Amino acid sequence: MKATFRIGGVHPHDNKQYSVHQLITECPLPAKAIIPLVQHIGAPAQAVVEKGQKVKVGELIAKAGGFVSANIHAPFSGTITKIDSTIDAWGMKMPAVFMDVEGDEWLETIDRSKDIVRKLDYEPKYIIDKVQEAGIVGLGGACFPTHVKLLPPPGKKAEVLIVNGVECEPYLTCDHQLMLEHGEEIIIGIQLLMRALNIEKAIIGIEANKPDAIKHMTALASKVLGIEVKALKLKYPQGGEKQLIDACIRRQVPSGALPIEVGAVVDNVATIYAVYEAVQKNKPLISRVMTVTGKSLAKPGNYDVRFGTPLTEVVALAGGVPEDTGKVIGGGPMMGRAMSNIDMPSNKRVSGLLFLPEAESLRQEITNCVRCGKCIGACPMGLEPWLLSKQAWHSMWDEMEDHNIMDCIECGCCQFTCPSHLPLLDYVRMGKAKVGGLIRARQAANK
Amino acid sequence: MKQLIVSPAPHFHSGDSVRKNMLLVIIALLPAYAVSVWQFGWGALITTAISVAACVLFEWLIAKYILKQKSTIGDLSAVLTGLLLAFNLPSNLPWWIVIIGALVAIGVAKMSFGGLGQNIFNPALVGRVFLLISFPAQMTTWPVPQGFATSYVDAATGATPLAALKEAIKSGEASVLNELPEMWDILIGKMGGSLGEVSALLLLAGGIFLIAKRVITWHIPVSIMATVALFAAVTGWAGMLPESVCTGEYVMLSLCTGGMMLGAWFMATDYVTSPMSNWGKIIFGVGIGVIVMVIRTWGAYPEGMSFAILIMNACAPLLNLIRPKRFGEKKK
Amino acid sequence: MNLILISLAVLGVTGLVAAVLLYFVAQKFKVEEDPRIDEVQEALPGANCGGCGFAGCRAFAESCVKADSLDGLLCPVGGAPTMKTVGEILGMAVGNIDPKVAVVRCNGTCEARPKTSTYDGAKSCQILHNCYVGESACPFGCLGCGDCVAACEFDAIHMNPETGLPEVDDEKCTSCGKCVKACPRNIIELRKKGPKNRRMVVMCVNKDKGAVARKACTNACIGCSKCQKVCEFDAITIENNLAYIDYNKCRLCRKCEDACPTGAIHAVNFPPRKVKTENGEVKTAPAAPKAAPVVTEVKGERLEAKGVETKQEEAKA
Repeated sequence: MKATFRIGGVHPHDNKQYSVHQLITECPLPAKAIIPLVQHIGAPAQAVVEKGQKVKVGELIAKAGGFVSANIHAPFSGTITKIDSTIDAWGMKMPAVFMDVEGDEWLETIDRSKDIVRKLDYEPKYIIDKVQEAGIVGLGGACFPTHVKLLPPPGKKAEVLIVNGVECEPYLTCDHQLMLEHGEEIIIGIQLLMRALNIEKAIIGIEANKPDAIKHMTALASKVLGIEVKALKLKYPQGGEKQLIDACIRRQVPSGALPIEVGAVVDNVATIYAVYEAVQKNKPLISRVMTVTGKSLAKPGNYDVRFGTPLTEVVALAGGVPEDTGKVIGGGPMMGRAMSNIDMPSNKRVSGLLFLPEAESLRQEITNCVRCGKCIGACPMGLEPWLLSKQAWHSMWDEMEDHNIMDCIECGCCQFTCPSHLPLLDYVRMGKAKVGGLIRARQAANK
Repeated sequence: MKQLIVSPAPHFHSGDSVRKNMLLVIIALLPAYAVSVWQFGWGALITTAISVAACVLFEWLIAKYILKQKSTIGDLSAVLTGLLLAFNLPSNLPWWIVIIGALVAIGVAKMSFGGLGQNIFNPALVGRVFLLISFPAQMTTWPVPQGFATSYVDAATGATPLAALKEAIKSGEASVLNELPEMWDILIGKMGGSLGEVSALLLLAGGIFLIAKRVITWHIPVSIMATVALFAAVTGWAGMLPESVCTGEYVMLSLCTGGMMLGAWFMATDYVTSPMSNWGKIIFGVGIGVIVMVIRTWGAYPEGMSFAILIMNACAPLLNLIRPKRFGEKKK
Repeated sequence: MNLILISLAVLGVTGLVAAVLLYFVAQKFKVEEDPRIDEVQEALPGANCGGCGFAGCRAFAESCVKADSLDGLLCPVGGAPTMKTVGEILGMAVGNIDPKVAVVRCNGTCEARPKTSTYDGAKSCQILHNCYVGESACPFGCLGCGDCVAACEFDAIHMNPETGLPEVDDEKCTSCGKCVKACPRNIIELRKKGPKNRRMVVMCVNKDKGAVARKACTNACIGCSKCQKVCEFDAITIENNLAYIDYNKCRLCRKCEDACPTGAIHAVNFPPRKVKTENGEVKTAPAAPKAAPVVTEVKGERLEAKGVETKQEEAKA
């Protein structure tokens, strides 16, 4: 029997048929680009270029604004027109570098050949520095700077690297395709990270709906000591960090702690591919594979998009916005964010672009809670979403904290499963933000 | 471009709905209902029709004229309440008593609390218990199963197996026990009793169908039946039974008669009135099992499933305080 | 007979014993309390709204009794008369209290602020605010889900379906401040009620640059500072492209209202103005923009308004 996490979970239809096995295509360069300086969790990056300056692809344009932050490099060559603020598709203001794209001139230090470099004898510090320099963040969705994970806090020791090839979000296929096309590079990337963390063991978790990827990766991993491929039972949210650790090594990260508490470091396959490119090819993180998909889209597929490319251009490549579109989602349908327009530039966070037809966009009518308890059964963190959402409605913040609201991973299983179509997660998420703020305020007061 | 629709995640739904769940429960009840019609003939059809129609009508009237809110009959919960109420009544019950039962079930037990999702007690059972206390004579004369040969109003009546057993234990006369039906008849439903409780086998099949469809979980029915079986076995070993009844037979009798199957699989598992977490459900089930056997062994009523479920319904909010096992819970 | 007697005796004795026991328990656990707390609580409105910042009326009464002076203690619901009574009970002086009222500082009506997307999540401003900019392009304006309406315990704030904005009923509003806390965009402000409920308000909180703000909403304050220039009392400040009227300095002259090019400044509850038309007739202007139901009992004309009138009469003469 295939392994999976032990508490809760749901089985949404995976809908990956639209874009699965579509070869990764490079998105053409736009004429103008806007590169947001907040593409990660943590402090915004600080621009280090000036108006009118010419840059080459791969040049540093913004420096990390702290330890938990990430560098940003020029994805295009051309002239910086201004450094101003831009408004993203959610109306949030953020600093950004505007540039006119001229040609495609790369830094000479970057190795652009397709040859696979297998050199491994680096010092751990060298690898971590390279990852930090290249501005690599977790490409699974959270965009947490990767170098932070590679430097465990004192007293904690990593034992195993868990590679997230689960891609449990319905519709998305970018990681799947990346494993098929760049499996060898990913294995080298894993070895690099194992060296950096000084560990002997790595587990690649892949869900059972990608049998070809499981086969491909198993064949590649069998040649390397210490790397194991684990086929996992299909269940959402297996790609959640804590759920994946539970599924792979049967350890539950304690409430409120980080994965390193149980000796695990989790990285997404796309992140690992970026690590390979940074260390072996000297190429910073300037692009990612995005799945552009939807039932009515003409050419759904997996596209290699440089950060800063307007999403409208990416959509044009996939055949334009379908007529019947009601909702555009950045990311997958379970955790992605709906956009109010698609004029924003792509960034490290957006792993996919999903066009839902109007008929599937609107929520159903809300009815009374019938206390069926299905949300409790579905919650992968063992919480009581019905109760938490009621407490949030009544502003009972202390009670919410007592009911472990901060453990919520906002996976959406509760709302997905609710037969009364209640907006459970809407309220839980709001309450979590409130309680989180109260906790931080309390900690600040105690200091 | 058109205006896009924006909402917080998730943007995907399982497609489950209250209506769908209610419909599945109704479907699960149908095979057992077919047996009832086969056994009790016209009486079964008429009682059910009146009960369902009255429940739906009362819900519609109350929602429209008293609560002045949108009608909720579309979610089929009133239909289900009506069906379950009919299942709990003798098939020859006069029509006006059925209507009173429906009024109490929908008006008192459900709508006065605010409709579906708000009620504390199972509406169908409140209706039934109200009738049982108000019209004890009519509610405890059980027609003998004779198919369509039985006329609705004046059917030949007989005792239920548990009533016969209780009589035997009380009087010490083994002769009463001859009235007990054969085991096979009990399983397929050839015995006296409420309209829908008779076919233990098909009710069990319906319950398993509901588990397979993920409408209910196994916790409540299994814990009830396990508790009842254990309790019955212990009474048997303790020598509290007439000599002519062996322990195994008593265990089977306890599980298959007296509305046990109907109660355990369809009434106790009612979403609104049962606890929500798994451990809560198990305690709920064990509580029902113990109470029902206490009533049967020492109480005045030969059955007692309805009372046991209603008493535990009252405990459900308390049982909801039991927290599910959290992910990564720190061990104390 | 005997049985009845025994029963009576047993029950009677049990009752007596319990009564004696209760008496001693009550004595032992008696809490000495300042009787003035009860008196003060009696004088309070008893709404337990928490607008004073305490857990309820009782808690407020306790802190009033304990406090050395009543400065900073205010029951916003009862206002000056209640605080005066409290002051009398406690023998303490009460400072001057200006009655306040909640003011919704957004005039982004449906026409002025076109919708750019449709929101389909839970109907809560806080959730919408956390989700994205909102249905219009204004990242500061009212979201229209009515968190303030839900928060109000005095039925004083309601959504106007035509404008999609909440409106405060001056008469019912007790300035408890719950709506202020409930609004995730900090649009609602407690402002001085003003003489005869008349006040000047900048009905906008958009801090974007003029062009951006105007694009999102035609009623937006664009930070042009014309109002600041015409104000003779230094009451208007411009910060982050947004005008703000200090209600303590404002003398209700209405000059800023005329100067505002976008109509972001509202004069509330003033009587309709008389304006001169081309023929020299004096006509009543179409009712002054209002944000709340106009209080009808206007007897004497206000000084400033009168001033305008006399000027007009002079012009006529």
